[in-house]
Amino acid sequence: MSTVRFPVVFAAALLSLSGVAFAQTEPPPGQDEGQLVVDVTGGQRAPLPIAVPYLPTPQETATAAGGTGALGRQVADIVAADLRNSGLFTPIGPGGLHAVSFPQVTAPDFPYFATTGAQNLVQGFVQANGNGSLTVGCYLYDVAAQSELTRQGYVIQPRDWRRAAHRCADTIYSRLTGEGAYFDTRIVYVSETGPARRRIKRLAIMDYDGANHRFLTNGQWTVLTPRFAPNQQTITFMTYQDERPRVMVYELDSGRTRPLVAGPNMTFAPRYSPDSRHIIFSMAVNGNTDVYRIPVAGGTPQRLTNSPGIDTGGSYAPDGGRIVFESDRGGSQQIYMMDADGSNQRRISFGGGGYATPVWSPRGDLIAFTKTGGFRIGVMAPDGSGERILTGGGYAEGPTWAPNGRAVMFTRGASAGELWYVDVASGATRRVPTPLGGSDPAWSPLRP
Amino acid sequence: MTRLTSLVAIAASLALTAGCAHRRTADQLPPEPPSATAAEADDFGTPQGSVRSTPLPGSRADFLQSVPTDRVFFDFDSYALDDRDRTTLDAQAAWLTRNAGIRVTIEGHADERGTREYNLALGDRRANAARDYLQSRGISPGRMQTISWGKERPANPASTEEAYAENRRAVTVVPE
Repeated sequence: MSTVRFPVVFAAALLSLSGVAFAQTEPPPGQDEGQLVVDVTGGQRAPLPIAVPYLPTPQETATAAGGTGALGRQVADIVAADLRNSGLFTPIGPGGLHAVSFPQVTAPDFPYFATTGAQNLVQGFVQANGNGSLTVGCYLYDVAAQSELTRQGYVIQPRDWRRAAHRCADTIYSRLTGEGAYFDTRIVYVSETGPARRRIKRLAIMDYDGANHRFLTNGQWTVLTPRFAPNQQTITFMTYQDERPRVMVYELDSGRTRPLVAGPNMTFAPRYSPDSRHIIFSMAVNGNTDVYRIPVAGGTPQRLTNSPGIDTGGSYAPDGGRIVFESDRGGSQQIYMMDADGSNQRRISFGGGGYATPVWSPRGDLIAFTKTGGFRIGVMAPDGSGERILTGGGYAEGPTWAPNGRAVMFTRGASAGELWYVDVASGATRRVPTPLGGSDPAWSPLRP
Repeated sequence: MTRLTSLVAIAASLALTAGCAHRRTADQLPPEPPSATAAEADDFGTPQGSVRSTPLPGSRADFLQSVPTDRVFFDFDSYALDDRDRTTLDAQAAWLTRNAGIRVTIEGHADERGTREYNLALGDRRANAARDYLQSRGISPGRMQTISWGKERPANPASTEEAYAENRRAVTVVPE
């Protein structure tokens, strides 16, 4: 097969970064013609049919991650899976669709794809660059209008091919829904195994779809409630290391772990500030638990609450100005709001029953929580209005937001946990695959 | 003599139905580990080199023999002690007074019907409730440390009211 010159306008603009895995071109922002409006908040719209054929390669080339032809098929599989996972799309293919030749990537066979029922079409290619890197191209078309909606190119090391697929799916998702992306993300969570009396709990990290799974701790000590720093440089979590339950900070680059707070008191429920500079946490002193704040680098804790009840589970607003937390100061677990300095504390949950684990959406518009009567996941506005329960039967607790604020992951199961995902608009749920049991998921921001 | 007789009976039954001794119910056997005792008996039913362990003062075994129970139980979402709990803790305090060199850990636990972090705080409340009572009975706080396990270490893993009641507890742990 002869080499075909490929008219990629963006190729010249691509940066080839050695240290950073990715370079990409951004589409021009704005609401130009061709954008489909998806009614995400209403959740009434049927999933959009979108064709995702296999990605061809201009020349079959062996790479560290397999041949470029095989990678093109795997990338298409992941793009289709991501779009299906969102609940907003019904992918058509990749299997069963006509093969796309390399020249057709930029000149699609629109009449054929119209016969598949697809409203949109994703095409692309995988090309070896000769220096060990790959270029993955990703194109989105409107089938009926026979027009291109966006194109993106990613220069990657072969081992990062899954990330290129997630980036492609993110581009399509954002272009067609107007929402923020969330597929190129990771989950840190607690992997569980063994009998309930002596459950072994290990810190683990994986891509949002369960791929690239690895353990961060060996299971000697119980670990709980990890959280990603917004800058993704550290993870904070609670450990029973040396039978001293306390909050630790794990540095992702070095693999080093250090205690966040000095002293003998139990510390738990850590959450980062949006600027990644502080962590709010709970500390139990002689049977009384309050919320404190401390620099991630360490220092003197500043006390933010001062009630005789249990104050815990704090979560910052995206702008860092306020903190939502739970307290039983009034006799039952309820959600409270305060300013970031601890002032102006007031209750916001009045829907009846108990509320726990409030987590502020990255969009700022909603607070996810656990309703303790029946253990269901719900959302409410930051002023406490508009409460809506998202999950049905079965014990659920501990929500964490996707970075676009459109999906929530949580723990299902009281003693033996599983990770589940719920689309906030539609309420559609699905299980997130993990090698063992799982609990306490925390969703990362979009990867840099 | 009763003990020897039963040992002979066991040895005989072992000879007849080898491997089935473990099916005997506990009350048919001597109080010490039955299979080990039986295995040490010779053909004449005489224990060889019999070493009968006795709880040493200050040991966990001594503590468990000396007090009604090592734990107190709580109502749902409560850390209040009732009269029965106080009786239990009075006995624990008496033992701790007799064994003044012993330091203990008081574990606080919750049932599974609470969110994870709240239950950590609730377990801490329960451990501290037991510790504070023991302190009021004269035990130095320096001899007692607390740890909350929240819902992470159930005594009974079932999801029943009975299991929940067993799991809402504070346990006084004496070193082995």
